[in-house]
Amino acid sequence: MARARACAALAVVLGALAAEPAMAVDAPVPAGAALYAWHCLPCHAAGAQYPGTQALQTRYQGTLPPVLTERTDLSAELVRVVLRQGINIMPFYRRTELSDAEVGAIADYLARPR
Amino acid sequence: MARDDSGYEPAVLPPGVSAASFRAALAEFRAAVGAQWVLTTPEDLDLYRDAYSPFWGEGGERRASAAVAPASVEEVQAVMRAAHRHAIPIYPISTGKNLGYGGSAPNLSGSVVLDLKRMNRILEVDDRRHFAIVEPGVSYFEMYRHLREQRLDVWLDVPGPGWGSLVGNALDHGVGDTWGIYRSHFSAHCGMEVVLADGTLLRTGMGALPGAKTWGEYPLGYGPSVDGLFAQGNFGVVTKMGFWLLPAPEHYLTGTITAPRRADIVPLIDLVNRLEHQGIGGEPLYGSPLGAESGHADYQVLTAGGRFPSDAELDAFAAARARPSWSVKLQFYGPREVVQAQWAAARRLAAARIEGAGFADEREVALPISPAELETVDPIAFGVPSLRTFALTARSPRNPQGSDGHLFFSPVIPKSGEALLEFQRVMWEAFVELGLPPQVGPFTTPNTWIFHGFVCVVVFLVSRSDPAHNAGVRAAFEHLIGVAARRGWGEYRTGPAFQDAVRATYSFNDHALLRFQEKLKDAVDPKGILAAGRYGLWPAAMRGKRS
Repeated sequence: MARARACAALAVVLGALAAEPAMAVDAPVPAGAALYAWHCLPCHAAGAQYPGTQALQTRYQGTLPPVLTERTDLSAELVRVVLRQGINIMPFYRRTELSDAEVGAIADYLARPR
Repeated sequence: MARDDSGYEPAVLPPGVSAASFRAALAEFRAAVGAQWVLTTPEDLDLYRDAYSPFWGEGGERRASAAVAPASVEEVQAVMRAAHRHAIPIYPISTGKNLGYGGSAPNLSGSVVLDLKRMNRILEVDDRRHFAIVEPGVSYFEMYRHLREQRLDVWLDVPGPGWGSLVGNALDHGVGDTWGIYRSHFSAHCGMEVVLADGTLLRTGMGALPGAKTWGEYPLGYGPSVDGLFAQGNFGVVTKMGFWLLPAPEHYLTGTITAPRRADIVPLIDLVNRLEHQGIGGEPLYGSPLGAESGHADYQVLTAGGRFPSDAELDAFAAARARPSWSVKLQFYGPREVVQAQWAAARRLAAARIEGAGFADEREVALPISPAELETVDPIAFGVPSLRTFALTARSPRNPQGSDGHLFFSPVIPKSGEALLEFQRVMWEAFVELGLPPQVGPFTTPNTWIFHGFVCVVVFLVSRSDPAHNAGVRAAFEHLIGVAARRGWGEYRTGPAFQDAVRATYSFNDHALLRFQEKLKDAVDPKGILAAGRYGLWPAAMRGKRS
């Protein structure tokens, strides 16, 4: 089950790598999901080999899903703060890496009602 | 969007620059790159810090006065001309992910960071002649995507963190994990374009010959090569760089050789050197299976009171635990029949030289690797960028408190078993002297990122909330720099906190190398505005800063 999920996660990563989220600031902001796949999946995909997921599993010990996209309690504000301040070994992202609009898109994606 | 700076009082001013000069320079920077790409608010500047700084939140932390993000080499030139006019110190970063080595922070507090992330064009990739030319903002992730999208028949050698810059990593002497010289990223570079402190544009190697198509192939060009000045240096802003790329191999084969006794490390390393330096095999990965037993009560007895066990004791322990003392995972890349023959030769030679040599964990992977199979290997061995290396210091069952980042103490030692054994003992004693649990011991093995070199890495964890902890880390690190240097082991790469201390260890003939570099620096950047202090090289006016 975890393996299938890991494969699915990797397929999304590779799919995102093959796709082309717009990098230029003046272009329309890509969907939050595409930005998440490109910027976040390398640490937050499902599977213990992904450092962010491993860290959250260790921290929450199963009381919360370790995979960020499975969380239903994340606020957009929290995500924006983490992206701009970092947390533990996760560094912050500069505006040349993620514009404010792109940060907002990722935040809205993770905080979307489900 | 026009901005009136007349009331702007910067929180941080560049050293030696008045507020009026700074405001004038900022206005010229805005004219060069557009107002939205000159970043001066406190919120902006909080993004130009080293997230893994061992001085986080303290006076010693390097802070920027502003950041400027150009999109083209013409904009870089305009920024440098303005900076030169007003004597503004500038610190270039590429993707700014050199965590623990400075990150997106400048070297000299008060500098303006020149953020080159927006310059992320891949200019040329040739998969018949095996090279690429890229801008500094191109990350390993972006390059890999390009190679996949364009179905190019080349591989990229990647370092641990895939978000790094090909250019920036090479310019810090960064390294990776596939094969040969390609692992030493600066050694695999080929020609560059540079903007000098006064805005002059120059190209090196074959780039200096207009119309040459060989920029990415032949690195030396003509006459004295200056490329090295721009790596771990502060002689210019690199705006383009060529790299040799790996021809995509057909097949991958790995196998592990084990050796039973402690003394076997000598012939084992000699054998692997011989193979690798002939071009047989890629990066070898050394380990000590016996190290898995370090929690055993018998080992605790052997090391009680900080004692380093003798070879005989360790051999007895290995025999009792039925574990080999050493292992080396060999990796072969190439046509299937070739890699199979290479592994067969390695086994034959090992069996002849090491009594009791074992062979295990053989595996073959037909390339290109499938997504499912990629989940079962370390992607770095396949030129696939990732961030999995951060598992090293992230929160995990092995490290439940996690950390806020890490620093590597990483001296270069000779590629021999004798040197490794000496390193283990000397560093163990250094930790005991410091009153710390030894991070280096009888099971420590070298990193083999550098082609033709061993680096022995000691990992320190840093905190963003505990200055006392960080002070302890800094003291230990500085102590180890001295211990290592006295044995002839020098760092291959260091962050700003220790660069002066490490620089001082390369002291042959009263620091003749540094004095030579200083003469060049003063000639090429007389105002000393480019990356002042990087790797311990200070412009004349600031030389009193170095310890």
